[in-house]
Amino acid sequence: MEYIIERQYKFSLGIKELIRYRELFYFFTWRDIKVKYKQAALGFMWAILQPLAMMMIFTLIFSRGLKVSSEGIPYPVFALSGLIIWNVFSSGLLNSANSMVSNANIIKKIYFPRLIIPMSSILTALFDFCFALLIYIGVLIYYNHQTDWLRVLYCLPLSLILTVTTTLGLGTMLSALNVKYRDFQYVIPFMIQFLLFVNPVLYSSKIFENSWMEWIMKLNPVASAINLSRSAFTGNPIDWLSVGLSFGVSLLLLFIGVYTFRKTEAYFADLA
Amino acid sequence: MKPILEVQHIEKEFLIGGEKEPYVALRDILANPLKRLREPPKQVFRALDDVSFNVMPGESLAIVGKNGAGKSTLLKILSGITPPSKGRIVCRGRIASLLEVGTGFHTELTGRENVYMNGSILGMRKAEIDKHFDAIIDFSGVEKFLDTPLKRYSSGMQLRLAFAVAAHLEPEILVIDEVLAVGDADFQKKCLGKMDEVSKSGRTILFVSHNMPAVQNLCTKGVFLERGKLKFQGGIQEVVNMYTKNINASMNEWIAPVTKGRHSCICKVQTQVTGTQPFHKLKVITTIAVKDDFPASYLSFYIGSLDAVPLMEAIPKYEPFIRKEAAVDGEITIISELDLPPMIQGIYTLGVWFGSSHTHTIDWQKEILTFEVTESPMEGRTIEFPKHAGFIAVQSRVLA
Repeated sequence: MEYIIERQYKFSLGIKELIRYRELFYFFTWRDIKVKYKQAALGFMWAILQPLAMMMIFTLIFSRGLKVSSEGIPYPVFALSGLIIWNVFSSGLLNSANSMVSNANIIKKIYFPRLIIPMSSILTALFDFCFALLIYIGVLIYYNHQTDWLRVLYCLPLSLILTVTTTLGLGTMLSALNVKYRDFQYVIPFMIQFLLFVNPVLYSSKIFENSWMEWIMKLNPVASAINLSRSAFTGNPIDWLSVGLSFGVSLLLLFIGVYTFRKTEAYFADLA
Repeated sequence: MKPILEVQHIEKEFLIGGEKEPYVALRDILANPLKRLREPPKQVFRALDDVSFNVMPGESLAIVGKNGAGKSTLLKILSGITPPSKGRIVCRGRIASLLEVGTGFHTELTGRENVYMNGSILGMRKAEIDKHFDAIIDFSGVEKFLDTPLKRYSSGMQLRLAFAVAAHLEPEILVIDEVLAVGDADFQKKCLGKMDEVSKSGRTILFVSHNMPAVQNLCTKGVFLERGKLKFQGGIQEVVNMYTKNINASMNEWIAPVTKGRHSCICKVQTQVTGTQPFHKLKVITTIAVKDDFPASYLSFYIGSLDAVPLMEAIPKYEPFIRKEAAVDGEITIISELDLPPMIQGIYTLGVWFGSSHTHTIDWQKEILTFEVTESPMEGRTIEFPKHAGFIAVQSRVLA
C-alpha cells in the first residue's frame, strides 16, 4: 500500500474512502441517537410524542380554528403526511448544518472522510422518521382511512429520497459555511421556521393554484416531496412534472453542497 | 528496503494578522467590503519550512523541539488532518495518529460504547474491536464500570480506557503526540511499556515529547525542529544532547516572530535573575504593541519546569491598569519584578499573558523564555535536590 499526502488540487468525491470508512456512518448515527435519547426518562417515546403533539396542535389551530381545507381527508391524516417528511428535512438540516462545528474537537485530532459527519446527522433524522411512521399508521387505523398501500409503497420512498437528497445538499453546504462563518448558526433555525410556512406542510398546495407561487411549489423539492407523500394518502393524482423538476433541483443542490464541502474540508481543522 | 515514510520538502503556511479569530463574521464582509481592501496585507507565518526526512520500517523516530517549533503541525500533516502548503509525503503503510487520548469519547455513553466509538474513529473495524475487546478492558482495568456512563468515571479511569483502546491499534505507522504528559506515574510507566512492546513488534513509531528520558528509552533516531526548520537528524543520543544544550542556553530575550497586524500583542520580553537565594528576584521587561483594540489591561506571568509542569504564577498589580494613553510610539514597556521563592537549581520557563480580565485574553505567549537558578536554595547545601520532590525548598528551621 502506497499513498501520498499532499495538497489536493483536483476535485473528487472520495467515494472509495467513504466505502472504506463505512462503519463510521453507523457509529456516528448510533452515537447521536443514543446520546439524544439516553438522558430522557421517556427515551424513544419522544420520537413518537413529538410528531403526535405537533399534529394535535395543528389540528386544533388549522382545522378547528382556521378551517383549512385538507383535500377531503381528515386533517390529522393530512397534516401528518406532510409532517413526517418535513421533520426529516428540518431536523436533518439543523443537525447536519451544525455537525461540523459540534464535532470540531474530533475533526482537529483525527482524519476520516469528513462527509461522514453531515451524512450521519441525516441518518439520525431518518431514524426518527421510522417512529413517526409507526404513529402515522396508528392514526390511519384510528380514522379508518382507506389507504391504497401499493401507492404508498412507491410514493413514500420516492418522497423520502427526494427529501434526503435535498437535505444532504443543503446540509453539506451549510455545514461547510458554518465552519467559516459562524453567523449561520443563528440563520439556520430561523430559516427552518420560515420554510415551514413556505412549504405546504400545514395547508394544501392547492391554495396557490394558478398563481406564480405554484411554480415555486413545483420547483421546490421539499414541497414536492410533501405533495408526493400526501397524494399517496389522498388519492389525488401525482404531479409527475413537479416531481421530475424538483428532482433536478435537488440534484443540483446536492452537487453544489458536496462540491463546496469537498473544496473547503481540507481546511476545517485550521478554521474550526 | 524502501522507507515506509518519505517526507519531502514539507512546508506549511498560515495566514495571520488580518483577523484575530480564524473564522470570520459575515457581517464584517457584508458591512464593509472596502475595509478588506484597506486592511494591511496578511502576514504569512511559516510553521514548517522545507522539512524532509525518511523513516525506515520498524524504526522509532522522536520529533523534538521547543514549543512552536512546528512539531504538532508536522504531526497534523502526517495524520492527514490538515494538508501541507507545499511538498509531499509518501507513505507505505496505514498511519494511525494519537494526537490526543479519547478523541470522540462521549460522557453520556458507557465505557463499552465508548470503546467502540473511539476505536472506530481511530480507524479500527468493528471486527477488530470485537477481537481486542477483552484485552482492551483488561489493560484499562475498568471492567467493573463497563456499563456505567463515562461521566461517572474519574479522569484517571477515562484516560486509562482511552489509552487502552489506542494501544490496541494495529497500524504500520503509529504517530503519538505527548499523550504521556498526563496520568499518574504508574500509568505512564504502563504506557511506556506498551509503546516499547509496540516498537519491538516491528511497527514504526513517530513520537513527539518533551520527556527526554522517555524519548531516549523508546526511540532509536530523532529529528530536531527549530522554528519550523529541520535543524538536525540522527541518532537519538545526539538529538537529545542537542535539544538539552539548546534549551539550556538560557534565553533571556524573546522577540515575537510575527506581530498581529491591527491587534495588540506582546512583542518583546526580556528577563534577568537578580539578588541571591533565598531572596532572588526575576526582573521581566515586557514590551507590548498597542493598537486600537487595546483595553485597560494587566499582565501575568507563568513559571514552569522544563518538562512543562506549571509551578507558579505572578500577577503584578498595576495602578489601576495598563492604559493605552501610556503608549509611546505605539508601544508600552513594563518592567516588573517577581519575588522568587527558594527554588532548586535548574532551568525554568516563563510565559507571559496579557488581557483585560481573566476571561479576556489578548495575547498569551507560553514558555517563551527560560531562566536559570544556579544558586542552591539552602545555604551550604551542595548536594542536588531531587526534582521528584518538587521545585521549591521552603525556608525552614528547627524550633526545639
